[in-house]
Amino acid sequence: MSEAPLLAVENLSVAMGATPVLEDVSFQIAPGETLGLVGESGCGKSVTALSVMRLLPNPPGKFLGGRILFDGTDMLSLDIAALRAIRGDRIGMIFQEPMTSLNPVYTIGDQIGESLIVHRGMNGSAARTETAKLLDLVGIPAARNQLDRYPHELSGGQRQRVMIAIALACRPKLLIADEPTTALDVTVQAQILDLIGRLRVELGMAVLLITHDLGVVAEFCDRVAVMYAGRIVEEAPSAELFRNPRHRYTEALLHTMPAANPPGRKLPSISGTVPAPADRGAGCIFAARCRFAIPRCSTDLPPLTEPPHRLRCWNPA
Amino acid sequence: MPWFVRRVLGIVPTLFLTWTIVFGVLQLIPGDPVMLALGGTPASDEVLDNERRRLGLDQPVYIQYLTFLKKMAIGDLGNGYSSKQPVSEMIAARVRPSLELALGGLLVGILLGVALGIAAGLRPHGWIDTMTMSTALVGVSLPSFWIGMLLIYVFGLQLEWVPILGDGIDALILPSITIGLFLAGGLARLIRSALIETMTQDYIRTAHSKGLSAVRVVAKHAMRNAIIPPITLLGLQFAVLIGGAVVTERVFARAGLGSMLIDAVLTKDIPLVQGLVVYTTTAYIVINLLLELLYGIVDPRIRSRRA
Repeated sequence: MSEAPLLAVENLSVAMGATPVLEDVSFQIAPGETLGLVGESGCGKSVTALSVMRLLPNPPGKFLGGRILFDGTDMLSLDIAALRAIRGDRIGMIFQEPMTSLNPVYTIGDQIGESLIVHRGMNGSAARTETAKLLDLVGIPAARNQLDRYPHELSGGQRQRVMIAIALACRPKLLIADEPTTALDVTVQAQILDLIGRLRVELGMAVLLITHDLGVVAEFCDRVAVMYAGRIVEEAPSAELFRNPRHRYTEALLHTMPAANPPGRKLPSISGTVPAPADRGAGCIFAARCRFAIPRCSTDLPPLTEPPHRLRCWNPA
Repeated sequence: MPWFVRRVLGIVPTLFLTWTIVFGVLQLIPGDPVMLALGGTPASDEVLDNERRRLGLDQPVYIQYLTFLKKMAIGDLGNGYSSKQPVSEMIAARVRPSLELALGGLLVGILLGVALGIAAGLRPHGWIDTMTMSTALVGVSLPSFWIGMLLIYVFGLQLEWVPILGDGIDALILPSITIGLFLAGGLARLIRSALIETMTQDYIRTAHSKGLSAVRVVAKHAMRNAIIPPITLLGLQFAVLIGGAVVTERVFARAGLGSMLIDAVLTKDIPLVQGLVVYTTTAYIVINLLLELLYGIVDPRIRSRRA
């Protein structure tokens, strides 16, 4: 990474109440780059995404340490007004649940145009014209006529397109997409991903894509960070990670991919569950589920190695 | 058919049913209406028969029923027994004091209830919340005659800030507060719980992610979603109030519909009681209709739902 990173998360630790949910999380995204953040449910992917925008509800969410540098500014040190100026303007965000993420009592035109009015100081009619262009951009046909429709009149895929239009209204430098396709039909999933991919190139923005779908990552991301129980355990360029997974968790995860298995047979799974925070020992949290664990794994926490292929494992593949 | 036309037409059967019930109940009142109409003055059988014919009481019940419905439909509520005046005019003369009191109470209730409800709902279990909710419980629990008398004693008699009698706007202050305090208690609780629930919704997170100010998020995105239960409460309370706040009117000696109803019942003035019941129920139905139309304006999903 020769360029200065657009987003640099450094040693971020976050707790929900007394429970640590993120520990020592670090990653960087260069301008225009796409980073995939993968891991199973509850590993801290969404908390990471919300933390970057400082949208984590507080209480119970609490920052314990670290920095989140966006364009060189530490998001954690900003006051609320400075934060608001970044949210929706320089960082856009789309969420997992298109069905509930839009306000049911306002038209989609209103909800998209609002960002333009707030951040760009546009008046109503200018915002409306720009909003129609945005709807057009996200592939909603006959955009002008759609402005006065309400979310409940749209399908899940259309609503996610509207969410994308909201997130991109001010042409942000960074788009955070928190499982944007999880709640959608498979055919619609592909369309939405194609759309995000196309807009990323057109608008030259960086994307932090949070997903549990490795197939999506392979197709879409420049680099991948794998999370397990609140920590990043491996991070590498996508091609490298898929060709040469080194952490035992990543390796196991790749084995569970449908594409990696012959059709008609039951997919393999990773036995055991993520231990509760109270049951975690001093060592690698994956050790209890790891077939390749050595004695040291359960006593010492492995450090994260340096880029380009970062790794947190005592006994890698 | 547009949704509001459907709603408006929907009240016709309700009105018809209400009037039918009113007619039926009045048939069940013990005692001879003619004797009541004459106010207990001794009279010959001939006089009684004439009076009965004049009131149409010699007709079979179904004819009386149809005549009643016809009169209701054109707003003819008959003449009162004691005053011999048309009931509709008697009611009309008393609507204003009751309406003023209802609006005054509503204004106080909304100002206080909305402010406290929002403050409490945004910081649940904070100090405003704890204070408001315990006070609200007191506000709802204390009988209005007691609050009314307390207000009269403190602000009317001791401090002499406001008059306790009269028709002016300043005489409306204490009774409005009496009613407003009661309304505000329930309203604050309802707004609080609706707001707490709404603030956890995904679209609130979306609003924050757009970089909107906290005021805009609450006032625009949350309140419109949280407002339907409070609107319902206020509408129904208002409907009750324009039928007359019986106790408050008595305490403050206001000549509204509430005191009129008590007098009518005590003197067994059947047409007047009937007229007041018809007026109150009709007002209730109409306000309910207005509420439904309001829901449709606030929440587009209600508009598009099939009736």
